[in-house]
Amino acid sequence: MTGASGDIGVIDATIGYKSHSQPATRTAPRSEERRAQLLAFLRSLLLRGLSISAGVAFWYWAVRLRLDWVVHFDNIPSPEAVVLALWQQLHHGKFYLHIAVSLRRIAIAYGLAAGLGIALGLLMGRWRVARHLLIPYIELLRPIPAVAWIPLAILMWPTQESSIVYITFLGALFPIVLNTVHGVEQTPEILVRAAQSLGAGRIAIFWHVIIPAAFPSIAAGLAIGMGVSWFSLLAGEIISGQYGIGYFTWNAYSLVNYPDIVVGMLMIGLLGTLSTYMVKLATRPLLAWQRRARG
Amino acid sequence: MSARVVLPAEKRPKPPVRAVSGHVVIDQVTVAFGRGGSRHVAVENNSLEVAPGEFVALLGPSGCGKSTLLNCVAGYIRPTSGRVTVDGVPVTRPGPDRGMVFQQYSLFPWKTIHDNVAFGPLRAGKGRAEAESIARTFLEMVGLSRFAERYPGELSGGMQQRVGIARALANYPSVLLMDEPFGALDAQTRLMMQESLLRIWGEFGTTVLFVTHDVDEAVFLADRVVIMSAGPGRIVADMPVPLARPRSPEIATEGEFIRLKRRCLDKIRAESLKAFEERDR
Repeated sequence: MTGASGDIGVIDATIGYKSHSQPATRTAPRSEERRAQLLAFLRSLLLRGLSISAGVAFWYWAVRLRLDWVVHFDNIPSPEAVVLALWQQLHHGKFYLHIAVSLRRIAIAYGLAAGLGIALGLLMGRWRVARHLLIPYIELLRPIPAVAWIPLAILMWPTQESSIVYITFLGALFPIVLNTVHGVEQTPEILVRAAQSLGAGRIAIFWHVIIPAAFPSIAAGLAIGMGVSWFSLLAGEIISGQYGIGYFTWNAYSLVNYPDIVVGMLMIGLLGTLSTYMVKLATRPLLAWQRRARG
Repeated sequence: MSARVVLPAEKRPKPPVRAVSGHVVIDQVTVAFGRGGSRHVAVENNSLEVAPGEFVALLGPSGCGKSTLLNCVAGYIRPTSGRVTVDGVPVTRPGPDRGMVFQQYSLFPWKTIHDNVAFGPLRAGKGRAEAESIARTFLEMVGLSRFAERYPGELSGGMQQRVGIARALANYPSVLLMDEPFGALDAQTRLMMQESLLRIWGEFGTTVLFVTHDVDEAVFLADRVVIMSAGPGRIVADMPVPLARPRSPEIATEGEFIRLKRRCLDKIRAESLKAFEERDR
């Protein structure tokens, strides 16, 4: 379950986690242990830095030599052109507007998906009738990619904005629902029994047993859902819209402004990673018991 | 107040005792699972009466239905026929008046030890302050005050079971139901747990129904050992254990203990042989 949340990680946050994983209340590690931890941290940082540098160096030389083997590098902007384009965009108010519009769409769509997804998942996990009523829709609609929704979404919703939010919402919804259902199903029956014999009613069992038991899986679903919502958003923004980081990227292509394509892509990557990391950060305190138990 | 509480009050906070209640009657209970060809009778026509404050061990091989019978008293299983009453009230569902201690892994892993024990009192509508004071009292009784803020996963199996006992007792149940609570522990820990259970019971004086397949454990703990045999589960013997209390582990080497133990073993052996013969026929 925890593996699932790490698997989706665009950039895995384990480096950041390691240094905190020992709670302060525990016996403080001796200075040698601390130094060993620091060394391991620096080494992993070094390796990651080396990897990125090698990638950028390859990119630089491939463009410089106009490498033309399988991939055509003649029209690819060079790293320095991208950095320059990024610098210019950062001094351009409209760039921030694109980002803000995208973030707003994500916030609305993801918020709705998280709320509805967890609610539906809990319902389906605990109540068989609800599961049988809803599972056909989920199984049928889930494999439909966001791009395929675009024509219908435009017809369904009054504004372009709402159709983009709808597509984004759908992308985030399914992983959240399915992970929640899975988590609820994994609740050990003995804990439900224990709660019953301690005088807990249905609501107390839901709140104190089912939801906490499902939460590791729900948290994984929330992190996956955040990633999926970004690429659904991008699909929506590329085909329709006047603002948004996806629109910016596609528009750069139309305007033959190639370095901006990469600027847009990097921005999407950065925002996607950051938002997924924030989801993980937000769910972390509720999973403290898991880390403590492992220690 | 019952006459059972004879141990001198120690310094620790003392929970109120209500051994006047906890009268369990199992009346001609049969439990069958499945229907038609796949019908399986787990326990058949069993009757058993447990007096308030009495410690009864249900002893038998695995699959003899002793846990099924216990689950009927707990209210997890509805008897196919017959009925169970506690203090005259028919059992229809699980409830805090019948505290349950499971074999293992039944603490809420996301709650601290303290919150696990306070869970029952809070459900009973006690205020936060009162529930916390109850939790502290019972954690002290099982000697785990220092671990109040730990999570179950940080504790050993034996410690977790002590928390399980404290959690069940925090509701002041009239009956404590224990389903092989020490079965998953190593031998030494098990001995310590048995002693500490007897001490707690001596203080608390509640009725205990204790399921086990360990003859030594049954004889050491109980006032009465009720022996069950398998296929279908039936009570085949009801043996009083007239050993003096308080008991210490040394009695396990004394003649009277060994004699009682042998009687249990003989009975179990005879029943197993009978079962084998019936199967061969």
